Amino acid sequence: MIRFEGVHKWFGNLHVLNTINLHVRQGEVVVICGPSGSGKSTLIRTINRLEPIDKGKLIVDGMHVSDQKTDINRLRTEIGFVFQQFNLYPHLTVLRNITLAPIKVRKVGKKEAQEQAMALLERVGLSEKRDAYPSQLSGGEQQRVAIARSLAMKPRIMLFDEPTSALDPEMIGEVLAVMKDLAESGMTMCVVTHEMGFAREVADRIVFMDHGVILEEREPAAFFTSPQHARAQQFLKQILSPMH
Amino acid sequence: MFHYQFDWGIVTSGKYFEWLLSGLYTTVQLSAVSIVLAFLLGLIIAMMRMSRVLPVRWFAYGYLEFFRNTPLLVQMFFWYFGSYKLLPEAVNDVLAQTNFEFTAAVIALTIYTSAFIAEDIRSGVRSIPKEQMEAARSSGFSYIRAMQYVVLPQAIRITIPPLINQFLNLTKNSSLAMTIGVAELTYQARQVESYTFRGYEAFTAATLVYLALSLFITGLVNLYNKMVLMRMRGE
Repeated sequence: MIRFEGVHKWFGNLHVLNTINLHVRQGEVVVICGPSGSGKSTLIRTINRLEPIDKGKLIVDGMHVSDQKTDINRLRTEIGFVFQQFNLYPHLTVLRNITLAPIKVRKVGKKEAQEQAMALLERVGLSEKRDAYPSQLSGGEQQRVAIARSLAMKPRIMLFDEPTSALDPEMIGEVLAVMKDLAESGMTMCVVTHEMGFAREVADRIVFMDHGVILEEREPAAFFTSPQHARAQQFLKQILSPMH
Repeated sequence: MFHYQFDWGIVTSGKYFEWLLSGLYTTVQLSAVSIVLAFLLGLIIAMMRMSRVLPVRWFAYGYLEFFRNTPLLVQMFFWYFGSYKLLPEAVNDVLAQTNFEFTAAVIALTIYTSAFIAEDIRSGVRSIPKEQMEAARSSGFSYIRAMQYVVLPQAIRITIPPLINQFLNLTKNSSLAMTIGVAELTYQARQVESYTFRGYEAFTAATLVYLALSLFITGLVNLYNKMVLMRMRGE
């Protein structure tokens, strides 16, 4: 579904992605973790070309992402992207946030798009907020709407870029619950997160990155009990017991 | 102290009142048409100014600097006295049948004001976080459509206060059209003065009418602002 082959990316002199090889199969949930500045956000942002790659091959859903001939807008309709800061459209109601792209990009009829949006709002537990504006919602609610907005395009892949990092602790659970539900429905997902509980429970694989390099790629149980790389051991120690 | 006998009657009824009224009508027409056109043109120029295509951006840059930095009166004279020399005879014949004074004034006011509006819209667009564009692009919107549905609607709401200013400036600037013979409010006030020597009354009336017009425009845009912008902020 997603295949990186020797992918490199530089920001000026900074080598943010270094020889990335990664294969995400259909229906798989891959959690990407690592210290800040390790390149993990950049990695998932290359998947829908929010960041172009400089070298190597990246194939998503059978299409070469960096190929100029690839219809990037079409590819993006197949890939949902959830941001750390939610990025809902503040000038539109919750319902219109969700129906905008299906109506304007997918050319779905208005009524059908609304019915579908209501079903999604139901799924994320926010059907009573359909007419609210994003500024009237809590962070957790906004993120759940953002997830519903992405799902409205019926994507084949969902990408999450630190979806709970901007949330108050008591709202993290509600967002993770929605993501877990989504994972169980068979969605192909790449999730950049520090939520190790979620990773352990939901992920099929953990990818650990540092300085633009994938240092470890293992099943959660193995990763958490016996991380191989020294940086991974240190990272886990810090993140699991931040007081020490 | 004062030996002047005020005669407000001449501007509140009768022939001269009708002159002023017809002047107001022309001013409103001239301003309304120019405001709509200047806004649309300003939007286009702003988009060109932000284009990734270099020649397009340069053209917009030249346009902005040129029209913002030359006097409106000179521009108006240019369109009225100068432009027809560049046009073919046949076009001039057609233009002569129409109200070319009015058309030239609309062109001058539109182009001049569009340059200021374009800069206001551009700074509005720049104040919208780039993540809004990213979110829209991620859903498969093209750059243009993302602008149209996501970025511009937000940017224009933020731009409303400076836009009101430009609309007011345009309305007041429309008085310059009297110099090329458009019978707008100032022109008519001047006429009344010429016929009656009652300059005080005539121009007081014109002043009050301009003031009322400006306040009306401000009120109208503010009302829109309240209805839409407040909701967006969740107030």
